[in-house]
Amino acid sequence: MKRYVIVGGSIAGVSCAEGIRSRDGEGEITLVTAEPVSNYGRPLISYYLEGKTDLRRMSWRGEDFYERNRVNIRHATAAEKLDAAEKQLTLSTGEKLSYDEICLCTGSHPFSPRFEGLETVEHRFFFTTLADALALEETVTKESRVLIVGAGFIGLKCAEGLKDRAGSVTVCDLAAHAMNANLDGDASAILEKHLISNGLRLMLGNTVTRFEGQTAHMQSGETVDFDVLVIAIGVRPETAIFAEAGGDVGRGIKVNERQETSLPSVYAAGDCTESLDVSAGEPGVLAVLPNASMQGFCAGVNMAGGGETFDKGIKLNSIGFFGLHIMSAGTYTEPVYEEVTDTGCKKLFAKDGVLTGFILVGDVSRAGIYTALIRNRTPLDTLDFETLKREPSLLPFGRAYRAEKLGGAV
Amino acid sequence: MKRVYVNEDWCLGCHLCEYNCAFANSGARDMVSALKGKAIHPRIRVEGEGDITYAVSCRHCKDPLCIRGCISGALHKENGTVCIDRDKCVGCLTCVLLCPYGAVLPGPDGAAMKCELCLKNSCGEPACAAGCPNRAIVYEEREEAK
Repeated sequence: MKRYVIVGGSIAGVSCAEGIRSRDGEGEITLVTAEPVSNYGRPLISYYLEGKTDLRRMSWRGEDFYERNRVNIRHATAAEKLDAAEKQLTLSTGEKLSYDEICLCTGSHPFSPRFEGLETVEHRFFFTTLADALALEETVTKESRVLIVGAGFIGLKCAEGLKDRAGSVTVCDLAAHAMNANLDGDASAILEKHLISNGLRLMLGNTVTRFEGQTAHMQSGETVDFDVLVIAIGVRPETAIFAEAGGDVGRGIKVNERQETSLPSVYAAGDCTESLDVSAGEPGVLAVLPNASMQGFCAGVNMAGGGETFDKGIKLNSIGFFGLHIMSAGTYTEPVYEEVTDTGCKKLFAKDGVLTGFILVGDVSRAGIYTALIRNRTPLDTLDFETLKREPSLLPFGRAYRAEKLGGAV
Repeated sequence: MKRVYVNEDWCLGCHLCEYNCAFANSGARDMVSALKGKAIHPRIRVEGEGDITYAVSCRHCKDPLCIRGCISGALHKENGTVCIDRDKCVGCLTCVLLCPYGAVLPGPDGAAMKCELCLKNSCGEPACAAGCPNRAIVYEEREEAK
């Protein structure tokens, strides 16, 4: 009977257990996680603050997941040392777990540059875990002035989640545009206008130079008084135990398409990894939930002796703010289509005859048809791309494709 | 498992499937009170142009990307049918971003919606197939993908 160990109880870890159980009903699975709770979608924490979900509904695979799948779950237990030669994992309790196959799903940790005076800020938070959301829920009142540093996904979702709980919410970012890493100027402009009309204060191209208690001194010379600070500048893959064990780390734990690392019997999946981005043709950190789930499942199947591959990884994101939907995917290479209005936009990017990326703001229906083109690297000359550019549908794929997909089991 | 299959050669483009779907999922007793004068929100959509028309609804894939990518765990399988717990759904639409067929749709209340083969409504079997006048949509057992 095989002994499996999974480190991390978020989406990659839970999906890894699913992958193992899809092939091996007998093996012993132990999942260790430093968090007191697990098996919840991290992106839900802003929806929790907004009141769109609650702790019961946040359970990703159901509260009986571990029981149903016979997983020994060890909450509030950190993995401290990996010994790949001895196939042993040392836990924060001092206990040593022996394994035959292990998967590291250690996720990422929030990153903060060194701000002068940060230690003088009494109420400061990150926003990546349920514990962060619960702490903010406890701290923020109708009178609170909230300052969020970082206008990326995490910062802006946090702002939306806190909007109706707080007195005011200000978001600043050194970048000149909101969601700078995922959008272009046109898309950001629509988003920024929408955020402001929904009551957020944005300070872009401007960041904090130092903190002094409840005052932030900005680069522009302005000051912002606040009660609660959220640092949402970014996250970094959590690679420490793997690197200390001598594993090969780039920007994340390097994995191949089977989710194998450079160390024998050590797999990795999710936000802690660096893997091939097929839209860019080079490795990247593809840290989004769908990839974590696909990678985790793939790793699990392979740990149990299967032959699964994850070879269609791209960055992709679907997000909404105050009712405005935004989707982005892939790599923005050469623009091949563009539609921009006051309330929405659509941009498609292609290179070497395949779609590599898109940005959609507003009308996002059937976007998955574009996503599939990127993931599958479908040659655009095999379909009617002119029609497809205007509207995603199955029409441009031709009769044979539709007969196969709509007339068969897929 | 039994699935909904579409043969575009026989599709008349009449959109009846859309009306039958919207009615079956409305919870209303009669079609008139369910649909008359209202915006309908069917989970099957007729697409096409000119002489080519066909209906698209969830394929209930063997390994559904929507279930993998769902951030809330609202999407799940029940005996092979891809179902959505709309109470768990937070409306992020990651499923819309992932479905290769455009078959998961944003619902009128913000949550995503999709075909559940009418297994959970009063119809009991897919209303689109039952009401298709030309058998362009059928609900039957066929050989499964490997």
